[in-house]
Amino acid sequence: MKAVITVIGKDNVGILHKVSGICAEYHANVIEVTQSVLQDMFAMIMLVDISDINADFSQIVDKMNALGDKLGLSIHTMHEDIFNSMHNI
Amino acid sequence: MLNVYDILETIRMIQDECLDIRTITMGISLLDCIDPDIDKACEKVYSKITSKAKNLVSVGEQIEKEYGIPIIHKRISVTPIAMLVAACKGSDPVKFALTLQKAADACGVNFIGGYSALVQKGFSAGDLELINSIPEALSVTSNLCSSINIGSSKAGINMDAVKLMGEIVKKSAEVTADRQCIGPAKLVVFCNAPEDNPFMAGAFHGVGEPDCVINVGVSGPGVVRAALVKYPDASIDEIADIIKKTAFKITRMGQLVGSRASKMLDVPFGIVDLSLAPTPAVGDSVAHILEAIGLECCGTHGTTAALALLNDAVKKGGVMASSHVGGLSGAFIPVSEDAGMIDAAMNGTLHIEKLEAMTAVCSVGLDMIVVPGDITAATISAIIADEAAIGMVNNKTTAVRLIPAIGKKEGDILEFGGLLGSGPVMSINTKSPAQFINRGGRIPAPMHSIKN
Repeated sequence: MKAVITVIGKDNVGILHKVSGICAEYHANVIEVTQSVLQDMFAMIMLVDISDINADFSQIVDKMNALGDKLGLSIHTMHEDIFNSMHNI
Repeated sequence: MLNVYDILETIRMIQDECLDIRTITMGISLLDCIDPDIDKACEKVYSKITSKAKNLVSVGEQIEKEYGIPIIHKRISVTPIAMLVAACKGSDPVKFALTLQKAADACGVNFIGGYSALVQKGFSAGDLELINSIPEALSVTSNLCSSINIGSSKAGINMDAVKLMGEIVKKSAEVTADRQCIGPAKLVVFCNAPEDNPFMAGAFHGVGEPDCVINVGVSGPGVVRAALVKYPDASIDEIADIIKKTAFKITRMGQLVGSRASKMLDVPFGIVDLSLAPTPAVGDSVAHILEAIGLECCGTHGTTAALALLNDAVKKGGVMASSHVGGLSGAFIPVSEDAGMIDAAMNGTLHIEKLEAMTAVCSVGLDMIVVPGDITAATISAIIADEAAIGMVNNKTTAVRLIPAIGKKEGDILEFGGLLGSGPVMSINTKSPAQFINRGGRIPAPMHSIKN
């Protein structure tokens, strides 16, 4: 089971560190990261394995949302199934 | 394999284009709650609904979080209550209405539907009692929805019921005149009502359905519009393809959410209703899709053709995305619930006659239309009869949800709030159809009903 975390917003020090810190806290293994900074806009998509997480997935979602609110970033944490079912036949 | 473009597209659809699941509706059969003692029946109804649907809202919220997709409403539909009323002669059906409201409150759902009767061929025990109690039932409850099926392609149109429903719609508005006439906004008069519809106010749990079932209604007019505005010079064939592809994606999401909910609740998954259901929010309008196809304003000439194209493409795109499609499936055209329709009605482009033509090619019918408060019951009945005739002859579901604005006249506005929106009072033809309506009887089913 995997989840996709997207982070979009104004670039700042330590965004990747804070997001991956939450992943580590819940035992979600980061599999893949794509990241780009255009001028001062930061955009990152992270694929994480949530098979062995140590809490409910919704807790990670809450934590990421709280981080997004705190840093003024748009963070979406979604189960990969939604992308697979919408875009693949 | 996931790719970045797909991920960002999904997020944009949800965040900027109002993509959502409109409703997860749990259908619950109440046939095993029938009892000659109405108090005992009510007790059974309350305990069955609250045991079956106790986790509906929490499961809905959990799925919202997991997939990051908003699920706007969680609803319940039940067996047409007239069937329960039939067993308890001489009792007041409003007791059932209050019980359903209490059960809806206990489960935390947004709407509960099924204060209904199916009278397309005539009234059986319980039907008249239930219909006559509708104005009071809708006045003393807030989340209860009612629907009456007065015609079908197989049975014809029950004109006695049509006459009665004109009076009931008017009375429902009168008894809720102090609350923006909200009563008839929760009352639908159907021809060819589907038994598995998750959308309100017309949802009820048909007798051919399983004991308990999950049906899902999708939404997404904003997504279709956003996809179309990128192609101002595309041909109509290309427009149809774009709509189909978008409808496919929207429906796949409905299928995913429905099957997940069904698994978590341990209840069979019924159908996905592939509907484009607008909300009054900016960017979530079916009228704006028609305008993106190339009309200056919804309601002008060409609207019916554009809507026919849209309705058909939505079905074609959606049908492959879901294992079972049902309900109303198509494009809804409620006036008060659609920002573009409201504007078109206010600026005088959209009239009730054009809406009637549009209902021949849309998913349902004349929906959420505010009419002058001095409209006669006979005129409401005649509008119902016209709409039922379109449904009967064209083998499609049609419905009427008119709101007589008591004490208001053309140009005034009723404000319902929430998903029901607000609507300007629209003008109607005032010549009398009373003699036609007063004749009573039944319009025979059309020739093509004899298919056996």
